[in-house]
Amino acid sequence: MSHIAPTAARQALRQCSRRLSTTTATTFATQASRSCVASHGRRHYVSESAPKQATVNIETAIRQDQKAFLAQTGTRPQDAQMPTTGMSADAMMSPAAGILKQATVMDEGTRPIYLDMQATTPTDPRVLDAMLPFYTGLYGNPHSRTHAYGWETEKAVEAARKHIADLIGADPKEIIFTSGATESNNMSIKGVARFFKKSGKKNHIITCQTEHKCVLDSCRHLQDEGFEVTYLPVQENGLVNMEELERSIRPETCLVSIMTVNNEIGVVQPVDEIGRLCRSKKVFFHTDGAQAVGKIPIDVNKMNVDLMSISAHKIYGPKGIGACYVRRRPRVRIDPIISGGGQERGLRSGTIAPPLVIGFGEAARIAKEEMEYDTARISALSHTLSSSLLSLDHTHLNGDPSAHYPGCVNISFAYVEGESLLMALKDIALSSGSACTSASLEPSYVLRALGNSDESAHSSIRFGIGRFTTDAEIEYVVKAVTERVGFLRELSPLWELVQEGVDLDTIEWSQH
Amino acid sequence: MSSPTAYEVRSLYRSLTRQARQFAAYNFREYAKRRTRDAFREHRAESDERKVQELMQKGLKELQMLKRQTVVSQFFQLDRLVVEGGKEMKQKGNSGDLIRQKDQGWD
Repeated sequence: MSHIAPTAARQALRQCSRRLSTTTATTFATQASRSCVASHGRRHYVSESAPKQATVNIETAIRQDQKAFLAQTGTRPQDAQMPTTGMSADAMMSPAAGILKQATVMDEGTRPIYLDMQATTPTDPRVLDAMLPFYTGLYGNPHSRTHAYGWETEKAVEAARKHIADLIGADPKEIIFTSGATESNNMSIKGVARFFKKSGKKNHIITCQTEHKCVLDSCRHLQDEGFEVTYLPVQENGLVNMEELERSIRPETCLVSIMTVNNEIGVVQPVDEIGRLCRSKKVFFHTDGAQAVGKIPIDVNKMNVDLMSISAHKIYGPKGIGACYVRRRPRVRIDPIISGGGQERGLRSGTIAPPLVIGFGEAARIAKEEMEYDTARISALSHTLSSSLLSLDHTHLNGDPSAHYPGCVNISFAYVEGESLLMALKDIALSSGSACTSASLEPSYVLRALGNSDESAHSSIRFGIGRFTTDAEIEYVVKAVTERVGFLRELSPLWELVQEGVDLDTIEWSQH
Repeated sequence: MSSPTAYEVRSLYRSLTRQARQFAAYNFREYAKRRTRDAFREHRAESDERKVQELMQKGLKELQMLKRQTVVSQFFQLDRLVVEGGKEMKQKGNSGDLIRQKDQGWD
């Protein structure tokens, strides 16, 4: 009997606390606790005290605890999404639910179609196959001359260098490995400019408004060092005006930097004409060929290019490696940014990464071998895509339609907000501009340079087609984009006005 | 070494396509199948014995590569692409709304 007493007391307590939470009958609580203590006639450890102290409202306590815990962790399991699987955390925690989710995934697939080949490209399995031995067994430093480990990697690195040189029609000795096209651009522009500054009077650089950010930023940096920089405007089709370029070349100009294929609109600049002009004026010509090498035929000697930046991950190679072509005859002298052990002709010191270089070399070899096949295929896919998207009302292709690399299709969908279209196309990996600027909501400066309005620049989307894009994917994309552009336009009041035949420019929006 | 017979060539073609199908990644799988088919089609009328020999060697090398890389691909299999399943043009797979309806033969 004695052991029942505490349980009875606890029960009574629980009951009254439950009542407490719903009603606020504190008087009843005291009565009940008093009565149950009285019924046994002796004091126990649940002794009478002020009711507030004696009773804990469990529900509110739990709720408060939960709230505190939530505040600590921030997310609830059903709200959290696990990386890579795309499943919510509670599905991960419960295996049964997890299996069900997996079953769903197996049937449909949730990974978006990759259509952003200007940002980066998937690594070709052949490239990876060439790289793997150098990550496992062949780990020598290619600069080690004293043992076989060094010799074997050096041999492979030199073979890779030859493949890259062959791709652009250069001599292997003219290829300098860097960490990527950004470094190559920096090295070329700053290197040439600083070298000339040491020697004397040449202090003028010409570049173009649609260049990649790293070129523009390098030039901006040189302006702070006292250089003069001309940022050439482009025509409406994205091409540089040759007469204007000729006019801007001065006697003190040391470098012209114009990219071969634009990363956002895919226009191909008249590089051979620019090269010829620069050669005749005795000005060094640097071109950013990251988007062009391996995709369109390039010959540095025919095009009179003195410096060229190349990137591996744009030609289905590994990320983190690039190259800079530096002409030897006539010699281009540059001031190195990175100094050290004198590797790579002293222009870029530091141990080169053999697996990456070899992957790059293999990617270049494949690109040369497959260029014809890939070009035919990419042009066919690009034609399907652009012709069906341009058949929609109020769409236009940005950039010149003829001097154009087919793998980059930049289309403006008027009266649709580009970012909202990207959100609606979650199942397709696209971008409205270069990857560097995709974090900001600013309209693309490249499209602004073409003379597009802010609205038009905002409503543009870039489709990048590559070696591994399939017909089914293009079909899917065309269907998805057509449907969702239509849907978004249906929501838009501007579209309604346009359908009624109102010219939007004539509307006077009320001032705020 | 004698020139490869039609049987050998066909056998290589079959091995290549069979191996290509083992890629877990959709894009690589489709590319490997397509590239094999197109390469054989391109050189269908090849009559130069030496050239045929060379192409066969190249094909065998590619087959070795495919064997290694399909295994690598299977190790790092990701979710499937949206185009691989049905083409309902809907984003699915998050809410568990579609479950494979397949009789597993329990009874």
